[in-house]
Amino acid sequence: MAEPKTKYDRQLRIWGEQGQEALEKASICLLNCGPTGSETLKNLVLGGIGSITVIDGSKVELGDLGNNFMVDESSIGQSKAKCVCASLQELNDAVKAKFIEEYPEALIETNPSFFSQFTLVIATQLVEDSMIKLDRICREANVMLIFARSYGLTGFVRISLKEHAVIESKPDHFLDDLRLNNPWPELRGFAETIDLNVSDPVVHKHTPYVVILVKMAEQWTKSHDGKLPSTREEKKEFKDLLKSKMIAMDEDNYKEAIEASFKVFAPRGISSNLQQIIDDSRADVDSSSSNFWVMVASLKEFIANEGGGEAPLEGSIPDMTSSTEHYVNLQKIYQAKAEADFLVIEQRVRNILKKIGRDPDSISKANIKSFSKNARKLTVCRYRLLEEEFNSPIQPELQKYLTDEDYSVAVGFYILLRAVDRFAANYNSFPGQFDGGMDEDISRLKTTAVSLLSDLGCNGSTLTEDLINEMCRFGAAELHAVAAFIGGIASQEVIKLITKQFVPMSGTFIFNGIDHKSQLLSL
Amino acid sequence: MADSTAHVSRSRDLDKLLLRPGHLVGPTFEPGPELRDDLRKFATVLVVGAGGLGCELLKDLALSGFKNLEVIDMDRIEVSNLNRQFLFRLQDVGKPKAEVAAKRVMERVSGVNIVPHFCRIEDKDIEFYNHFNIIALGLDSIEARSYINAVACSFLEYDSDDKPLEETIKPMVDGGTEGFKGHARVIIPGVTPCFECTIWLFPPQVKFPLCTLAETPRTAAHCIEYAHLIKWDEVHSGKAFDPDDPEHMKWVYSEAVKRAELFGIPGVTYSLTQGVVKNIIPAIASTNAIISAACALETLKIVSGCSKTLSNYLTYNGAEGLHTKVTEFVKDMDCLICGPGVLIELDTSVTLQKFMDQLQEHPKLLLSKASVKHREKNLYIQAPPVLEELTRSNLNLPLFDLMGKIRKDIVHVTGSTTKNDKKTSCLRKLRVVFKGIDGATDMDTAGGA
Repeated sequence: MAEPKTKYDRQLRIWGEQGQEALEKASICLLNCGPTGSETLKNLVLGGIGSITVIDGSKVELGDLGNNFMVDESSIGQSKAKCVCASLQELNDAVKAKFIEEYPEALIETNPSFFSQFTLVIATQLVEDSMIKLDRICREANVMLIFARSYGLTGFVRISLKEHAVIESKPDHFLDDLRLNNPWPELRGFAETIDLNVSDPVVHKHTPYVVILVKMAEQWTKSHDGKLPSTREEKKEFKDLLKSKMIAMDEDNYKEAIEASFKVFAPRGISSNLQQIIDDSRADVDSSSSNFWVMVASLKEFIANEGGGEAPLEGSIPDMTSSTEHYVNLQKIYQAKAEADFLVIEQRVRNILKKIGRDPDSISKANIKSFSKNARKLTVCRYRLLEEEFNSPIQPELQKYLTDEDYSVAVGFYILLRAVDRFAANYNSFPGQFDGGMDEDISRLKTTAVSLLSDLGCNGSTLTEDLINEMCRFGAAELHAVAAFIGGIASQEVIKLITKQFVPMSGTFIFNGIDHKSQLLSL
Repeated sequence: MADSTAHVSRSRDLDKLLLRPGHLVGPTFEPGPELRDDLRKFATVLVVGAGGLGCELLKDLALSGFKNLEVIDMDRIEVSNLNRQFLFRLQDVGKPKAEVAAKRVMERVSGVNIVPHFCRIEDKDIEFYNHFNIIALGLDSIEARSYINAVACSFLEYDSDDKPLEETIKPMVDGGTEGFKGHARVIIPGVTPCFECTIWLFPPQVKFPLCTLAETPRTAAHCIEYAHLIKWDEVHSGKAFDPDDPEHMKWVYSEAVKRAELFGIPGVTYSLTQGVVKNIIPAIASTNAIISAACALETLKIVSGCSKTLSNYLTYNGAEGLHTKVTEFVKDMDCLICGPGVLIELDTSVTLQKFMDQLQEHPKLLLSKASVKHREKNLYIQAPPVLEELTRSNLNLPLFDLMGKIRKDIVHVTGSTTKNDKKTSCLRKLRVVFKGIDGATDMDTAGGA
């Protein structure tokens, strides 16, 4: 038996043991197991999700064999949920897989409390009416929900939940937390012990750029009324000053200092994104507040008091040209400051918990530590109820999409994906679902789309004939490659939501399989 | 008409796209049952790589109307593949990927035929690659992409106006992933940029300077690379380090730990040691699924014309929200690979050996250990020894004679070249023109050199 660690090695390098543990605890419900649903779950089962429950009321037909890899000849006539569930189980025996042979629409109508047992529900290929009902049910039960649909060469993915707070957002490009524009006493003290004018060339070229910049910034402020360089001329002058300190052309540390000098010029204090989070009304906590908001409340206090306008220090430094000794010492100074900041945050968290009548130890040290380390990168995602979006989309955004060439196909598909559901409600089939009567379907879909646009307050906006024609040609086909794409995205968002790492998508992702100019629409 | 049977047919969903006329389609699109049947009968697709992308590609193509697939991969299945290479099971570990992948897809999708090739891509004769309508690349190395790209571009011929000849174009779709990020692209040699035209998209990997490793280590990775690149050779004189030997890896790890302790550097773990030494790229099922699906969809569209195609490069990032972007890169008109070919002017007396010496010194080629092929005929082959011996006598014959005394023609040469201080195998297309033959050569030199 292979160690699970080895099996999951390539993903543990992304979301770590903690992320993996969260996945293994999660319980997922899939509604409809056509190719879109099957492919979504396939990716999750491979990654070791805790349990899956597949819900589908249909029997496998010959047509399903042409687009779904999880069924084969022997499945024909049998429950699709059962067959797909068995195929998925084959991929990973660590996953608990079960199925219920029932139509999701019926379950939504008759047994809404059924959904509250799950961590997350993935609803595929549902029509608007069922989506809206399920959305309300899951929102009320505080169950995360993802909609996914493939339709010809288009489709969409949409997350729905009240609020998702991310501590480990792991952004790709984020300015490192060196405080070169606002060094604390220990860092300044360390810099003072190092002489930039040392004559030994080997020592000179192994002075880390952090020290160079702290010292040179200090020297600058002394001669500039305590101010750091801010105008373009001053910045250039500062860089020239750095250059003048070089004693050889090959001093990488000075080159790094010049390149990183913008870190000295950067404004002090917190980002507008973080400001928004600490200003959120949810940061006024009471006994019903989540751990996240309790920690935000402590962060708010920290910034106003000990932090002096700054968030707690992250504590890590990037690699840089340096002697081993200087680098290791510098690392220790940053770590010590981060640890000190964390201890203050922790104390404040415990006090707040006590104040709101909760057990002061109800948030673990590890959680607070991670929060403190990632404080600058906190992200809060919120999603409108589907019904709200459908009834009153954000007008300026909608108008922008309708007139912006880059968005015209995506917003066209967005409207048409809704229009086909209205069409189906009126005519009992999707436009072009069956051969024959194509011309009539095209004109009916056009009328439906125009009336939908008018309901949305976009009188006069039209969709191109080409797009309407294509939508009818698609005839509600679920193509395997499109389903694999949509399912891939849905599964990736599930992973981000469950591990609480990385930032999930916002708005509605509209897939454009014609030229791949897909878009996210925030409506 | 297929009307009455469409809803019970296996191709129920795909038929909507292949049988119905459309408005936003390719210029060659001719909808109808013939198109669907031709796709099944005549279209052949080669999938290069049976790993994370390759497994997905085989499944996606098998369910996108293609019935004739081949797959080539030199690797065997490892335990760490199982979190994403969904065609493999624990009991398959150690078996050839191409063979297991082909078998699994054929078991599930009836009527599909997949021929596996368990070998290196360089082991196949160039002509092997010519009988496919399209090549789908699911690779994780720049070198392998370069090689296949050069092979596909080598079939490309230009007319006298330097326009690519339609029937010689071998389209490719290429995918790549790393963690939550990936790309999918369409390469139509002669029309859209080839892999080499935009090679700058893949910057060479940065290596640590040896003096940092030896004198001023600062990070855990520095300690690991010291043990791997310096200490190993010091201690095991002559014995090559094998990254797949766990004993070797454990030795490097323990040496790295010692060095880290000596310098007070934190963070050396066994997992990091493996990651640094083997340059492990994190990989997950979802990104592979997304990128492969985009590639398979483009394959279907290119072959059938049933919709427009990606023009020509899709980047995908799912780590911070969700970002997709399409960029239309342009061809490098002077590209050595997809251009009309490097022009070599020769006297009719030049022997094959002299010609090969020239290739080695040619500043754009620097091509050593050459094997030379003209049309279907091998003029000289380096290996295996039997063939080398058979073709050795050609070395002293004039190339002009070997090529059938024609004034100008295309010659394909495989060998090795140096790129970023690294030897890589390569394939180059050369336009050989002989001087002093009737119908002077002046006009042919335009754009050459």
